[in-house]
Amino acid sequence: MRFFERRPSSAKSAKDRLQLVLIHDRTDLTPAVLDALKDDLLTAISRHVEIDPSSVRIEVAHEGRSQRLVADIPLRSVTRRRTG
Amino acid sequence: MGAQVITITSGKGGVGKTTAVANLAVALAADGQKVVCVDGDIGLRNLDVVMGLENRIVYDVVDVIEGRCRLRQAMIRDKRLPELYLIPAAQTRDKSAVSPSDMVRLCDELRGEVDWVIIDSPAGIERGFKNAIAPADRVIVLTNPEVSAVRDADRVIGILEAEEKGSPGLIINRLNPAMVRRHDMLSAEDVLDLLAVRLLGVVPEDENVIVATNRGVPVALDGKSRAGQAFRNIARRLKGEDVPFLDLDDQGTLWQKLSRLTGRKSS
Ligand SMILES: Nc1ncnc2c1ncn2[C@@H]1O[C@H](COP(=O)(O)OP(=O)(O)O)[C@@H](O)[C@H]1O
Ligand SMILES: [Mg+2]
Repeated sequence: MRFFERRPSSAKSAKDRLQLVLIHDRTDLTPAVLDALKDDLLTAISRHVEIDPSSVRIEVAHEGRSQRLVADIPLRSVTRRRTG
Repeated sequence: MGAQVITITSGKGGVGKTTAVANLAVALAADGQKVVCVDGDIGLRNLDVVMGLENRIVYDVVDVIEGRCRLRQAMIRDKRLPELYLIPAAQTRDKSAVSPSDMVRLCDELRGEVDWVIIDSPAGIERGFKNAIAPADRVIVLTNPEVSAVRDADRVIGILEAEEKGSPGLIINRLNPAMVRRHDMLSAEDVLDLLAVRLLGVVPEDENVIVATNRGVPVALDGKSRAGQAFRNIARRLKGEDVPFLDLDDQGTLWQKLSRLTGRKSS
């Protein structure tokens, strides 16, 4: 039951929220821009290969103080080739 | 050999920059070093009261820059220690009275006089901050384990990297070990993880800081205070000594432990 679910500690919330906000501050990528970018990427990629949009993961990864945009796009194994 | 110029900055205000400047200066001076601290918060002079030197001010940093006095005349000597000086901020002027190149020139002159120049930066990322970091050989970013302070610290670190000031050292101030234990405060590891810079030290939240500031006697002169100990350790790390980090997770006296168990506030 939901009722008994433990809330994460406030320190954990602080860290999780900061992690996201710092990525956006450092890269100037707001969640909205990231979503738009994701949509554009999906459209562009779908023009060439068939993909399942729901399995695509595009996110900002960080190592130390530098960030990278990482896209994980599983390809469908199909025999039919899209033409359009 | 010239002095090292160190600037302490933070982005957010009220996190403890002025307290840290006073305490690191006192700790270095007590260790036999020649130290001058410069209050870079033009218009909001404070380092003088924190150090207890407010009654001795004649000239200030803008007087030096505008040539109304010689550098030596604006250096107020702290009589408690052999070689500790303060150059106060101007109180009736604003930050536009000083430029980054003025600060570079001032510090170049100071380099020949002392071992350490420690600059107290104002909050923010504008003119006063730019003035304060311009002459720095090393910058220290100070933060509290709180979301807004950490976020602002990250902005400042980004600006310092962009301005090629190198990666700053980090001081985490006002950490409350009991709250960290309860998972109600970011730990030092959390903050380091987020900011990804080098840790210089962690200063605990300590009532003695306020008592010491009331008296104008920096807490680093108080042998028993934990914050004072933390500042003394940071001063030694600045000198290049390898000092182990304090165990802030000390559970306190038996009485304090018992009071915690019974939910009573310990004194
Ligand atoms: N470690 C600490 N424990 C308790 N109080 C602190 C500590 N460090 C700073 N303070 C208090 O926090 C307030 C702000 O400190 P201050 O040094 O003036 O910050 P800033 O210069 O960054 O604006 C002061 O009242 C100071 O006494
Ligand atoms: Mg201050």
